[in-house]
Amino acid sequence: MELTGAEITIRCLQEEGAEYVFGYPGGAVLHIYDALFTQDQVKHILVRHEQAAIHAADGYARSTDKVGVALVTSGPGVTNAVTGIATAYMDSIPMVIISGQVPTYAIGEDAFQEVDTVGITRPCVKHNFLVKDVKEIASTIKKAFYLAKSGRPGPVLVDIPKDISCQKTEFSYPTSVSIRSYNPAQHSDLGQIKNAVQLLLAAKRPMIYAGGGVILADASKQLTELVRLLGFPCTNTLMGLGGYPATDKQFVGMLGMHGTYEANMGMQYCDVLLAVGARFDDRVVGNVKHFSQEKRKIIHIDIDPSSISKRVKVDLPIVGDVAHVLNDLLAELHGSKEKPDQQAIAPWWAQIKEWRGKNSLVYKNSDEIIKPQFVIEKLYEVTQGDAFITSDVGQHQMWAAQYYKFDKPRRWINSGGLGTMGFGLPAAMGVQLAHPDAHVACVTGEGSIQMCIQELSTCKQFQLPLKIIMLNNRYLGMVRQWQQFFHGNRYAESYMDALPDFVKLAEAYGHVGMRIEKPSDVEPALKEAFGRKQQLVFMDFITDQTENVFPMVQGGKGLSEVILAEDL
Amino acid sequence: MSPTEDATLSRMTIVTSGSDEVIEQIYKQLNKLIEVVAVMDLSEGEHLERELMLVKVRAEGVVREEMKRMTDIFRGCIIDVSDKTYTIQLTGTGHKLESFLQAIDRSLILETVRTGASGIGRGDRILKL
Repeated sequence: MELTGAEITIRCLQEEGAEYVFGYPGGAVLHIYDALFTQDQVKHILVRHEQAAIHAADGYARSTDKVGVALVTSGPGVTNAVTGIATAYMDSIPMVIISGQVPTYAIGEDAFQEVDTVGITRPCVKHNFLVKDVKEIASTIKKAFYLAKSGRPGPVLVDIPKDISCQKTEFSYPTSVSIRSYNPAQHSDLGQIKNAVQLLLAAKRPMIYAGGGVILADASKQLTELVRLLGFPCTNTLMGLGGYPATDKQFVGMLGMHGTYEANMGMQYCDVLLAVGARFDDRVVGNVKHFSQEKRKIIHIDIDPSSISKRVKVDLPIVGDVAHVLNDLLAELHGSKEKPDQQAIAPWWAQIKEWRGKNSLVYKNSDEIIKPQFVIEKLYEVTQGDAFITSDVGQHQMWAAQYYKFDKPRRWINSGGLGTMGFGLPAAMGVQLAHPDAHVACVTGEGSIQMCIQELSTCKQFQLPLKIIMLNNRYLGMVRQWQQFFHGNRYAESYMDALPDFVKLAEAYGHVGMRIEKPSDVEPALKEAFGRKQQLVFMDFITDQTENVFPMVQGGKGLSEVILAEDL
Repeated sequence: MSPTEDATLSRMTIVTSGSDEVIEQIYKQLNKLIEVVAVMDLSEGEHLERELMLVKVRAEGVVREEMKRMTDIFRGCIIDVSDKTYTIQLTGTGHKLESFLQAIDRSLILETVRTGASGIGRGDRILKL
């Protein structure tokens, strides 16, 4: 039987097992929406802005091991989506975006709602396609899902012109896909694995530094086994949190610009560094020259060869899927006659203990005014460390990363690479849909939340009982912090004047609003909010306006040149 | 970008510059593109490089003869003639084409069109798949 391009598109999504498609209709995708309407296998979630569709698909993908799917129309539908696509690209999130395009005969004529979607999105997708023949829709969507999920994951966009979506052809979904020019590495070179094991066993001051690649490869089990077998300290990047249990004694906390003292000092002064699915980015190692002053051997496991020796020269590269490589490393270690020597690294642990003694995450609590860190600590307690936490971008993001101890992967959902304000709320919608019975909280600020606040309407429509934890300091806090440190206290445009009454706003959208102004009310309020299992609760915590995020490694500085709260 | 002996493949030669680290990153980034089947750094071994240039020059009076001589010296040929102009075709490395442009009176140049370099390995060295 012949199907239209639109029907084929939806059939492909069904074949791929897509549960949800996040989207917003418009002229160029009307045929596809019509095909969606006549089936109920793939459920459509109507957002209020295309950026949110992409973030929601992103949150869905991050909290599961599935590919997120979004559907947007041509022109402004696509340009609105670009921020979301770039966010997913920077954090390597598997996603397929279907976009409508003006009819093939109108392309290039400045047709209504026309943009060069393939051109605009090219720098922020793993790959994209413009489908010019209805016969190619099925094979293209098959390729899109394969590309999105395999190798280093990422968003893949399929642009479908309106005339293509209404032409008819026979439908058959390909059972397999192979792309001659695309063969991501799986297993690594066993010689390299042997060399790595030798280096690790000879280390006196070892460090394991694990990033988002561990989460994406579902390799936290292997990582945890390796770290425990070796007895080495382990740090996670912002993207890697939950990849190794944060409450474990071998965990030294997050590293980087706002990492713990012990993690950063350990990173700087180790003699053997095992980097796992991490990319030595500027927020992690700071000044590369300063980092490279200390001599150390670096083993780097990554699926993407272009991440290796990009910023920091690596001694032993291992290209491959993190889970496979860690399995190989574990097998080699188990089979090795030499065993990890805990005596040899005891002085190093003593040094780390001394650094830990700095207690770099300590803050001065107050009975009068709510400290933002205190809210996160209470959030951790009330949810027993078992919630899915999404965040926006800024100080609240760092506090959530520092004070919520993630023991499991895929629980911490944030825009690490692009740093997209407005990410948290729509991402939380995707997480809640993927995990309907779980506690899902969005930690945000009064700046970020207003960038996608329209999604409170989507939450109402689909009855998503999120808990919004807004740390309201009436400032764009991270901007203010930098202005305080580096711009002579000149708070240029970082002040949020004329804020709405968020309680009333939440109520206007049909949700529950709470304002919390006293430290003693924090815990009871959180308990009440999480007790409301069927309702979205928007919690407006009025926090200390002048609190800063510590520790801090300033941009351009080295990891050992850290500012602690006690220094100021 | 041009066709090759294999109808499913196109080939392009890219000329770039940078430190070893930058070149390594360019190599990796090109390989990362989904449609790229293979990348080869021609300059790692013996290789040949040719570029085609068409230059239209003013060729009147005494310079008309001089322009013909320079073209011969550089083993180029004049492929179009009018009473006021020559159109000269020249092939060679980018360096040779530059030298030609340096050697003639630049004020006589009316138009320059260059293809950019095409490269191939010397001897048995080929881009294998």
